[in-house]
Amino acid sequence: MDSKFDSSNARKHEKIGFAALTALSTLTVLPIIAILIYIVIQGLPTVTWEFLSQFPSDGMRAGGIYPAIVGTFYLTIGTALFSIPPGIAAAIYLSEYAPDNRLTRIIRIAMINLAGIPSVVYGLFGLGVFVIFLQFGTSILAASLTLSIMTLPVIISTSEEAIRAVPQSFRLISISVGATKWETIRKIVLPQSLPGIITGIILGLQRAAGETAPILFTGAAFFLPQMPQSPLDATMALPYHLYVISTQVPGMPIQIQYGTVLVLLGFVLSMEILATVIRSRARARRKW
Amino acid sequence: MVIQTEPTEIILIKDLSLRYSDGNESLRNINLSIKSKAINVLFGPANGGKSTLLRSLNRLNDLTDVNQLTGEIWFNGQNILSSEVDVIELRRKIGIVFSRPVVLPMTIFENISYGLILAGMRNRVQLKERVKEALEQAVLWDEVYDRLDTPAADLSGGQKQRLCLARSLALKPEIIMLDEPTSALDPVSTTNIEDLLQRIKKDITIILAPHNTQQAARMADYAAFFLQGELVEWGEGPQIFGMPRNKKTQEYIEGRYG
Repeated sequence: MDSKFDSSNARKHEKIGFAALTALSTLTVLPIIAILIYIVIQGLPTVTWEFLSQFPSDGMRAGGIYPAIVGTFYLTIGTALFSIPPGIAAAIYLSEYAPDNRLTRIIRIAMINLAGIPSVVYGLFGLGVFVIFLQFGTSILAASLTLSIMTLPVIISTSEEAIRAVPQSFRLISISVGATKWETIRKIVLPQSLPGIITGIILGLQRAAGETAPILFTGAAFFLPQMPQSPLDATMALPYHLYVISTQVPGMPIQIQYGTVLVLLGFVLSMEILATVIRSRARARRKW
Repeated sequence: MVIQTEPTEIILIKDLSLRYSDGNESLRNINLSIKSKAINVLFGPANGGKSTLLRSLNRLNDLTDVNQLTGEIWFNGQNILSSEVDVIELRRKIGIVFSRPVVLPMTIFENISYGLILAGMRNRVQLKERVKEALEQAVLWDEVYDRLDTPAADLSGGQKQRLCLARSLALKPEIIMLDEPTSALDPVSTTNIEDLLQRIKKDITIILAPHNTQQAARMADYAAFFLQGELVEWGEGPQIFGMPRNKKTQEYIEGRYG
């Protein structure tokens, strides 16, 4: 055999290359896995039923984190309420109706920029507009609205992408058998893009649920002896509670901090997993 | 018994010109009549304007960027290009089947009932009857009657195309337009579709844009030859394919170009 065509050297190089790539990609997930394992080990003993169902006591150095859990739940529901309807409406408008002109280009650019704004800026914006100008006070309402504005770009862009992914031929067929544009959207486009839209919503809400800065000035309370009675009350929330017990309370037992981190992570991760499951199940079912 | 010797016109196209926004002139001064209850074939090389004409007849071109449209298309006593026409109703009367057999992402039953429900048919029994009728008309019933509730995407290519045909037929249209309906199909499926069209033409007017000249010649009761946006010649099928008057038509049929 002519040695010029001997490819064993090239194959050896390929093997080394692949090995290096594998090692590097393993390296990137390693810290995340290490952190997760560490937090689970440190936090799990603390997370008991009492921890999840009781109010904090002894200046938050003991007791549970029940009001923070419920508060984060309220804020997530509120954010969903204010961000999902306008988010989907905007996505439908941008993908199905909007002409390609200067106005829609400006909207798109604005959205990309919105997604890049630091979250503390949203917090200050919420303080100025919702808390002070609209006089909602530091409340669940004001915090939810602030989080909604932060979540909207995520929901809009993922929903728009999901809607655009529905083949154009479906729309043509639907129109050709006598559907209006809106009927086509309602009966074909939205049902087909729903898994993608839901995924986007969950990812957006999950980010909102974990944020501290936007609720810092708009609705989060240091400590409340009772549960919020209305949307105009302030609330405790997991990420802010974590910030408080990590920095503001002297003599804080480290176990409670790890327990709180674990609960917050569990909340956020379970939403993430839900989104992944919905997405992969829809993908398996889809036939186009 | 009345024997109709002179076929009636169902559509009359007058001086139709159309230009897309991207600058391509697609149709120039088309004058053509479509004969009722016959197979009207539009043939010619690609980009001749056949698809554009089909899409004008049920106003699907409304979805495309058309920036110049002149002329008239008369159907049922009205000019369908006028803005007063109910395009939804028009699309129910003039159905279309495309070259790629696209089924909607639903069951076989839902694919056909979709247009019926949009048209206001709600009665379950009525729907079932009409779906069965349409599937029988499209010679698909015997193959799918026991799996109407399975996804239409599982059908073979030929079955899908017959499903598309059934979907249009279910609306009881006066005209069915087929844009290269067998270009993606194997010879057996092609024969199936052709036989089926020959059978239904006694009830429904068919406008067919075949993807090859052989099919055009086989199927045409009437034929119109399109070349680069112009209608070169039209007449009865045997005349067009037997003794075309125009030299360009003759050369195309003989396979000199295209």
